[in-house]
Amino acid sequence: MSRSFPTAESSTAGFSTAGFSTADDATRAYVQAPEPADSAGADSLPRLLRGVPAAGDVLDIERHLDVHGELPHERKRKRRSASELIEQVERAGLRGRGGAGFPTGAKLRAVAAQRSRPIVVVNAAEGEPASDKDRVLCQLAPHLILDGAVATAHALGAHEAIVGVCESSEGVETLARAIEERGSADDVRIELATVPGGYVAGQESALIAHLNGAPALPTFTPPMPFEQGVRRRPTMLSNAETFANIALIARHGPDWFRALGTADQPGSALVTLSGPLTAPAVYEIEFGTSLRALIDAAGGLRAPVRAVLLGGYAGAWVDGGLLADLALSDAQLARHGASLGSGVVTLLSAEACPVAETARVTRWMAGESAGQCGPCVHGLGALAGTISELAAGVAGHDAEQRVDTLAQLVRRRGACGHPDGAVRFALSAIEVFRDEFADHARHGACERCSAAAELPLPEHPRAQPHMDSRPRARASSRRRSRTRSGERAVR
Amino acid sequence: MSHRLRLNPIACEAHGMCAELLPERITLDEWGYPVLDEEPLSGAVLDHARRAAQACPTFALLVERERERSRT
Amino acid sequence: MIAPLAVVGGSAYWYLTRSTGIVGLLLLTLAVALGVVDVRRWSTPRWPRFALDTLHRNVSLLAMAFLGVHVLTSVLDSFAPISIVDAVVPFLGSYRPFWLGLGALSLDMLLAVTISSLLRRRIGYTGWRAIHWLTYASWPIALLHSFGTGTDVKAGWLLALSILCLLVVLAAVLARAISGWPQHLRARGAALGAAGAFSLFLLLWLPDGPLGSEWARRSGTPAKLLGHSAKAKTKKGAAR
Repeated sequence: MSRSFPTAESSTAGFSTAGFSTADDATRAYVQAPEPADSAGADSLPRLLRGVPAAGDVLDIERHLDVHGELPHERKRKRRSASELIEQVERAGLRGRGGAGFPTGAKLRAVAAQRSRPIVVVNAAEGEPASDKDRVLCQLAPHLILDGAVATAHALGAHEAIVGVCESSEGVETLARAIEERGSADDVRIELATVPGGYVAGQESALIAHLNGAPALPTFTPPMPFEQGVRRRPTMLSNAETFANIALIARHGPDWFRALGTADQPGSALVTLSGPLTAPAVYEIEFGTSLRALIDAAGGLRAPVRAVLLGGYAGAWVDGGLLADLALSDAQLARHGASLGSGVVTLLSAEACPVAETARVTRWMAGESAGQCGPCVHGLGALAGTISELAAGVAGHDAEQRVDTLAQLVRRRGACGHPDGAVRFALSAIEVFRDEFADHARHGACERCSAAAELPLPEHPRAQPHMDSRPRARASSRRRSRTRSGERAVR
Repeated sequence: MSHRLRLNPIACEAHGMCAELLPERITLDEWGYPVLDEEPLSGAVLDHARRAAQACPTFALLVERERERSRT
Repeated sequence: MIAPLAVVGGSAYWYLTRSTGIVGLLLLTLAVALGVVDVRRWSTPRWPRFALDTLHRNVSLLAMAFLGVHVLTSVLDSFAPISIVDAVVPFLGSYRPFWLGLGALSLDMLLAVTISSLLRRRIGYTGWRAIHWLTYASWPIALLHSFGTGTDVKAGWLLALSILCLLVVLAAVLARAISGWPQHLRARGAALGAAGAFSLFLLLWLPDGPLGSEWARRSGTPAKLLGHSAKAKTKKGAAR
């Protein structure tokens, strides 16, 4: 799934995000976010993207060592749980950067407590279309990620680390080269594994299934990955950015790490900022930075903003009027019913039609269902169908009721969080874009519906998922998904 | 020691026998898939639940002892 | 008419073999039909799916019980030289080896299905399901076995019953193949083709085969039994 984001250089051309060209220009990533007001030298940004030259070249091993210094080696201990690194990560309060935000120290402890030898897996699959940060990190600072994986492996007594990256990502090359540069110096075998594109392919259990030779689809848990994952070993699987942070903590310690960010969310994070901006790109920010400051760092707005989507297509919308109030930390965003997730911040301009965009994305999310769980396949399909009908103005008067029912039916009834995320996105859209939805319900498509779509989606959608077509057990009153709008409902 | 119902949604193929055998705790949604009541099971209901789990052709329905489930 | 079962010795076994074989075939047919109904998820308020499922399991087990007696009595029956080995290892025997062997083959398949069903939790759903497909093979083989070895094959009532069983299974295969058409097109096409071919084969073969003259000899009954069989029957009849 190849997509390009507009770069600072090409920002003069208006950007269409509907059909991304499979351009082979390296999209430039960008550093430097807003310097925090009370920055004090070495504690400040950039951290993850430190030393990355403006031209966006990869940090090879020499430059990487120049910028970050040597990775300290931990003394081998008898009990894994006594590892110094685990303690440091715990004290640093690092949370996973893949979207779930699970405390990394706790995960390390859980893996360390298992009996057999663990294995480390770096998740750089990045199935979320609106997110670009992992690719950028892989392209620019692969050694930092690998440092983190190696340090973790040492701490857990693992002999192997696998990096899972999307097969069409530019990061494949840079990571492969970086692994080669390191040779056998690490005393840990690092393997690169490519993962098929697709939204759920980056889900934790799906990635592990793929590494085990099965299709890249989520599996039923328990057993949880930290108990049994790749090759039935306890698996320490985390996002690439998380591992990069571990590498920094190993070098500079927890206090340094906590010098930026908030008490709940210490440290820095990569955010993918897109929308009507002068320089949409990946930025590194300190948690708690105001959205306003980030927008300024991105050269300011080029059009008024209707709303901002936080956390990607499993996230939530916040009205554009509240833009000035928003600070980028989960605690702050929670007041508006949103969270940072994997750091995706997507601004929707007032020129787009939010209803059409919502319908598009919901349809796409329905199509990305793994097709394994009935409630997800049927429920998301029906949800996408209903929203499409709302957009076209042909929905029944109970459409909103139907959406609520579907949301209830679908939540927590899949093997993974995909349906929950899709429902969250759709419900929050209906809430925030209440007026536009009401308008469409009455009058159908608006003139902005046919404008170029803004929310990024991959060019080539996969075939619609369907389940085995055996007739279902008959419930007393079965309703078929309404397809009056001509939208093909996913069975 | 209480027990709870759990479903493996991947294995579930909406055969629907569980809802026939344990209507107290299981209903079928509009597509024929089971919606479980998460309340603890005990006594006679537990026996029925075990029977329902045995009847499931794909072993999707599980009766599990309470345990700490952490979601990583 | 069928003599009372109080008749001692070999002929009792012979009658038991025949009767349990026929009942076994009927039960197997019913089991296949119920299995298909289960797959099609058909149910009524008075016949919920779990009841049909339980019925399917019970009928299958009952069929196995009858087949067990059928096999045992055929071995114990002194008339035809069938050993216990012939019951499970096909085509080695001296009595109508091919047609008896078909019975052994069918039995082997049904034993695999039964054991896999009893050990279902161990082997998992997909493994169990794969083995269960053997039931579709075991049935026609059993039918051919009954035509080939059956003493009563020329009797009108048995012919009628056999054809009824055939129709039931054909209906089941049709129902199974249509459900969810056109998925798995090749497999369904092959199944329908096989069912059609089998029926056609029976149509062409039966008149000149088991229903034709001298089938006992042609099917491989040992020579020394050939003359006896007619005499043995009249003797038993005369003995009442």
